[in-house]
Amino acid sequence: MLEHFSHIVTVFLLVAGLFIVIARGNLIKKLVGLSILQTSVYLLYIAPGKLLGGTAPILAPQLSVYSNPLPHVLILTAIVVGVATLALGLALAVRIREAYDTIEEDEILALDHAADAREGS
Amino acid sequence: MSLVLHLPALQVVLPLISAPLAVLLRHGGVAFAVVTAAAWAAFACAIGLWLQVGQAEGGVISYHIGSWPPPWGIEYRVDRLASFVLLLVSGMAALVLPYSRASIEREIPRELHYLYYAMFGLCLTGLLGITITGDAFNIFVFLEISSLSTYVLIALGRDRRALAAAYRYLIMGSIGATFIVIGIGFLYLMTGTLNLVDMAERLRTIESSRPVLAALAFITVGVSLKLALFPLHQWLPNAYTYAPSAATAFLAATATKVSVYVLIRFWFSVFGESLVFHKLPLPQILLLLSLAAMFAASFTAIFQDNLKRLFAYSSVGQMGYITLGMSFDSVNGLDAAILHLFNHGITKAAIFLLIGGLVLGLAKPGAVLPTPTFDRLAGLAKRMPFTCFGIVLAGLSLIGVPGTAGFISKWYLILAAMEAGKFWIVGAILLSSLLAVVYVWRFVEVAYFKPAPEGSVRQEAPLSMLIPAWLLVIGTIWFGLDTSFTVGTATEAALQLVRVGK
Repeated sequence: MLEHFSHIVTVFLLVAGLFIVIARGNLIKKLVGLSILQTSVYLLYIAPGKLLGGTAPILAPQLSVYSNPLPHVLILTAIVVGVATLALGLALAVRIREAYDTIEEDEILALDHAADAREGS
Repeated sequence: MSLVLHLPALQVVLPLISAPLAVLLRHGGVAFAVVTAAAWAAFACAIGLWLQVGQAEGGVISYHIGSWPPPWGIEYRVDRLASFVLLLVSGMAALVLPYSRASIEREIPRELHYLYYAMFGLCLTGLLGITITGDAFNIFVFLEISSLSTYVLIALGRDRRALAAAYRYLIMGSIGATFIVIGIGFLYLMTGTLNLVDMAERLRTIESSRPVLAALAFITVGVSLKLALFPLHQWLPNAYTYAPSAATAFLAATATKVSVYVLIRFWFSVFGESLVFHKLPLPQILLLLSLAAMFAASFTAIFQDNLKRLFAYSSVGQMGYITLGMSFDSVNGLDAAILHLFNHGITKAAIFLLIGGLVLGLAKPGAVLPTPTFDRLAGLAKRMPFTCFGIVLAGLSLIGVPGTAGFISKWYLILAAMEAGKFWIVGAILLSSLLAVVYVWRFVEVAYFKPAPEGSVRQEAPLSMLIPAWLLVIGTIWFGLDTSFTVGTATEAALQLVRVGK
């Protein structure tokens, strides 16, 4: 049980993030959920790359065990992508607030349906 | 001479450089020139690569970024299928960009024009990068480059619903991308490599262990979100409806098609046919979802009042034909899928480009652009004969009338269905084509047979918009009559994929 600890945390974050994205109607809360979902991926990559007692990958005679650096590099990229997604999402939320005067998904949908109905008639 | 050896890198790097240049220059006209030049150069690179692949050893060009040999370094890998998709994506960009100039004039505030071109350049970079790279994590990075710029392109639409549509696409697209990266993570944990070829070889020894199956599931669902496989298509109709016309045309022709390419790449080149098709009920699931898309989405399209949304739903339905071809697990099926990917790309781009011109023609001078609803289209064929006739010709290709590109891909699809012994699917393909007849006929009826309102004058779209659109319309006819290029390339690509995937 304990040896799978990091995986349990990963799965919990993944499910929790996905649940928030789907269940919450507030645009900001959805983005929070999305960030949690993406965080679970960071853990998925990072945790298996770490060895207990392992050091940074440096060539030195006194060091023999080191952690795999590749996952760290990959996740550094993924974090940048996550930040960019979050920034763009928040910027869109601001613009939506200006245009619709609300950031609740159901109210936005209602306004959209009203606009669709006007065009259709 | 040495430049020719670096075509795979130039293919991606040229558009990539053009985007920040466009931002730095901060001038709409200059940004237009820079990004268009880059798109044309990328198109030239794609043609060069298409020619090179034919002569390359084993039909594959392998380019080592920074001269680091794979699997340690990142490899760019061009096979027949990749060169075909590169040609489609860069060709579309080369046609849509000249069109953009007049099209965004009234859709996007002038001070934002340079940003539109920058985003277009980035989107093109991402799509080309996904196609050409042979590295799993690289696919994710390029996917996010193209996705993030796509969200901005959609949000640039002038209706406020464009913002809501972009936001919704951002949420669903990010979930899809996260699923893909989770799948790639599992594969990396199991194989210890990110190079797709190396990964495929190592997977042969550990097939059907549970993390590999989980990876297959995550990647399939994630990519299906991006390619708008029914019922994961909810983001698509509004995104296509409210995005600027030029952006809609480019995305409809390329973004979902590149996602199909990713799915084909993972299924056939990485997991291998035996895992995807024989150990899991994936073909049955895909078959059902494809049929659902062909009928439900085409049926929904019939009842749309907004012309742009009608063809957006039709796109979801047409994606069904592509995935249907993949579900047969045969060379002919894959052949049909690749063919339809190309043929539908140019057909739908032609339609959305023409609708962009149609919206401009409907507008009164100086007023806001109207929504292209059917009540505004009455008698339009008299006012805009070229635009309307183009939409009808491309519409015939959507239906699959002989002599158009759409017929060729449906013909191969039917051949694949008969080869698989599933004759009822042949009936389903014909029935769903009838639905396309209905929605295309709705346009014909309103535009050609309803009387035009009093006092309307003949007002065609500007030539800079008509010419790219008509080039594509001519393309749909051309590829319906002379199939040596499209069928030849698609068959070669399908054979290569199946041979490697065994």
